[in-house]
Amino acid sequence: MTIRTMLAAAVLVSGVTAVAAQDPIAERKALMKANGDQARTGALMARGEMPFDLAKAQAIFQAYADAATKSKALYPETAKTGGDTAADPRIWQNMSDFQAKLAKFAQDATEAKAKVKDEASFKSTFSEVQKNCGGCHETYRMKKS
Amino acid sequence: MRLLRILVIAATLVLGTGVAVFFVLTEPTRVPAAALGPHTPDLANGRTMFFAGGCASCHASSKEDRTRLGGGAPLHSPFGTFHAPNISPDPNDGIGRWSEAAFVTAMQDGTSPDGSHYYPAFPYTSYQRMETADIRDLFAFLKTLPPVQGRAPDHEMAFPFSVRRGIGLWKTLHLDGLSFRPDPTKSAAWNRGAYLVNGPGHCAECHSPRNALGGVVASQRFAGGPNPEGEGFVPNITGKGLASWSAKDIAYMLETGDLPDGDSVGGTMAAVVRNTRELSAQDRDAMAEYLKSLPPVDGPPKPERK
Repeated sequence: MTIRTMLAAAVLVSGVTAVAAQDPIAERKALMKANGDQARTGALMARGEMPFDLAKAQAIFQAYADAATKSKALYPETAKTGGDTAADPRIWQNMSDFQAKLAKFAQDATEAKAKVKDEASFKSTFSEVQKNCGGCHETYRMKKS
Repeated sequence: MRLLRILVIAATLVLGTGVAVFFVLTEPTRVPAAALGPHTPDLANGRTMFFAGGCASCHASSKEDRTRLGGGAPLHSPFGTFHAPNISPDPNDGIGRWSEAAFVTAMQDGTSPDGSHYYPAFPYTSYQRMETADIRDLFAFLKTLPPVQGRAPDHEMAFPFSVRRGIGLWKTLHLDGLSFRPDPTKSAAWNRGAYLVNGPGHCAECHSPRNALGGVVASQRFAGGPNPEGEGFVPNITGKGLASWSAKDIAYMLETGDLPDGDSVGGTMAAVVRNTRELSAQDRDAMAEYLKSLPPVDGPPKPERK
């Protein structure tokens, strides 16, 4: 790779990060989408429709933990509405509970990553960690319309 | 003068007949105790019916302890706000003193022990399809749960919906009194699924559009529509909405709440999954097989997102 391409790539990456940081709603949506992709892979493995792969399994939990940690800063008072957000106003009414749920999600995912050894342990840890998704979506996501 | 008198008599007759017809049509029906033969309750089956029926979603006082059925969160509708009553075995505030026949009557006829109509927010239009034996097992199971004191508030209904007797008219349109009829050309699993989905599961109560009177539109059963609780839209679960889903995807969602696209269910469906995950894998597979067999039906158009 030439210096030039590396520089161009660096500029692009930093540009993307800068834009995302200014737009928490877009960043939130991107993280949710990424989590969804991980969950799909995880479900296929948990259901035995994709061969179990320890590296992939650990990557799923790592991605969850990172996303949960990042998400903590992505719900400022200034990003309640707009950008086609599905975030429910109840998030800001119950911010401490919402933050606690994110922290629990990060912790569960980190612990799962350490625990997962084989297909059997993945099945049980994955289904436990997945409960965090519904834990927030039940209350804090507006119904799709 | 004479003409006036005739008119008055005629009007009285018409009105009187109308009132009489109204009372005949709206007479609450009941299951007589004598109609129930001997029965040995199967508590395990009662538990299955409890979770298939989603009783706790409306009647449990808290999300965490789903066995304390002291009455639940308010259920909003275009006709008013419902408060699900206490169905714990408490003798004063719950169903502790109910006879078995009174319970079967409530589930199949939507009639209370004091002989008044229940509002169809209590989904007896679906529960009427249940086997009487299953309802009796459910009753026995409910009796094993802890008694909870206290009554739920009264429903807050707008006139004319506040007149309970009028529900009798609604029942003539929407309560046919038929129990589930299996389709002998289909597999046992399909029939089990059809029973669970249409009877205790009462899936169609939310996943179908309703007409102006609040009745499920039969031709668009399972085709989704505006959320009857007012907020958002309930998905189409016929072949139209679930075209890209496999039966396995449906069963997995009922177990975990996870959707095939990696998303997870939200809102009231999360509460439904807290029930369906308690069922046997076999029952979830049966529901999935039945749902997957529903022909595609177009539902009402989804509104544009704001």
